[in-house]
Amino acid sequence: MTSERPTTLLAELTHRCPLHCPYCSNPLEMVRAEGELSTDDWKRIFTQARGLGVLQLGLSGGEPLVRKDLEELATHARGLGLYSTLVTSGLGLTRPRAERLRDAGLEHIQISIQDADAEVAERIAGVRSVKQKRAAAALVKELGFAFTINVVLHRANLDRIGEIIDLAASLGADRLELANTQYYGWGLLNRASLMPTREQVERAQAVAREAMERYRGRMQMLFVLPDYYERYPKPCYGGWGKLYLVVSPDGRVLPCHGATQITTMTFENARDRSLEYIWHESAAFQAFRGDSWMKEPCRSCPRKTVDFGGCRCQAFALTGDAANTDPVCTLSPDRAMIDAAIGEPAAPAEYRYRVIASEPQRA
Amino acid sequence: MELTLTSRPALWRLARLDFDPVRNRPVLLYPEGAVLLNDTGAAILELVDGARTVADIVELLGQRYGTDVAADVTEYLSDLARRELIRDV
Repeated sequence: MTSERPTTLLAELTHRCPLHCPYCSNPLEMVRAEGELSTDDWKRIFTQARGLGVLQLGLSGGEPLVRKDLEELATHARGLGLYSTLVTSGLGLTRPRAERLRDAGLEHIQISIQDADAEVAERIAGVRSVKQKRAAAALVKELGFAFTINVVLHRANLDRIGEIIDLAASLGADRLELANTQYYGWGLLNRASLMPTREQVERAQAVAREAMERYRGRMQMLFVLPDYYERYPKPCYGGWGKLYLVVSPDGRVLPCHGATQITTMTFENARDRSLEYIWHESAAFQAFRGDSWMKEPCRSCPRKTVDFGGCRCQAFALTGDAANTDPVCTLSPDRAMIDAAIGEPAAPAEYRYRVIASEPQRA
Repeated sequence: MELTLTSRPALWRLARLDFDPVRNRPVLLYPEGAVLLNDTGAAILELVDGARTVADIVELLGQRYGTDVAADVTEYLSDLARRELIRDV
């Protein structure tokens, strides 16, 4: 049992997506359309989440607009009093759908932008998308939604961060999230093609800092450093099973969107069990809650209440044991593998694109 | 950002006050965030409307609580202004 209550539910409504970004946060093995939860399943999950204390709902994917019941789900969420964000590529956000979503009570739309350079943007997305994204952004503004643009940063776009920031401002974003690539799943697969140099990161950070002051009061900006270049790991969602939960398209309930990569763990399904039970009682949610699971150097480290040992998924992906210290931590005995990755010669920008298994591999 | 008695605070356009029946607490909701409020915080924010000055809010709450709340109210609103949840209009 825990007294903690989650504040945020990320609902991954589908893994289907028209984009093929090589750093996608979805797992390598994705859920196909026939495996997705039904409309009634999702409504029940939202109701249970609200009862558990969730305030913020992310309607995400994949591309959530491929779900024809999105408007119905948004209506249900608003009726429960949830603050809902649509996390979209922008593709499929037609005027009728945007108007219906507004009428459903959706408050916030987040659109991804791949780059300020249209050609590079479409090379990253693996599909023609820039024109549709611009149109979607204009619609979001016109209809008065709260509007965030999010951009994943990597070697091929980091040097254009100034242009990217100005583009976001010109599209009227209220918020801009600039987050460096996280190297799990697809990102890890493409790490040698995506990893920026330290000089690139430092230049970009300086540009972002200056812009944050310039746009203060007009556009709220968030800049997330690549954790490989940090001294200490990220406090992943405020700690395992503390504030955040994710439901995957097939109903598995996860402490973070990357958790299925920890292949030694089993996650319970919202089709079989209530969120209340899974949050409080399931083995997976209790596995890394608090600090009694920690090994050294975390166990005796004063930072264990700050970063909670870092990311369990990264620890598993790189060291094979999810209970190890996140190897990006400079106190980790495994830090050398991060330094080695940083020192690796850059591979050309030839990506292994995100696809749902058995679709033909692109490029 | 520091507010003074003559500042005219307004909630960020994208933030709204709500009540969380699960925690039985007022809450400020905004994109990707939520601040759970105590009763005093909620009492201050309910008076924030983009028209009243900080001095107006201090006077109204001072009458209600029978004590000088100028420092507390100014600090509370300044803290939210630093987090860009309150604007001086």
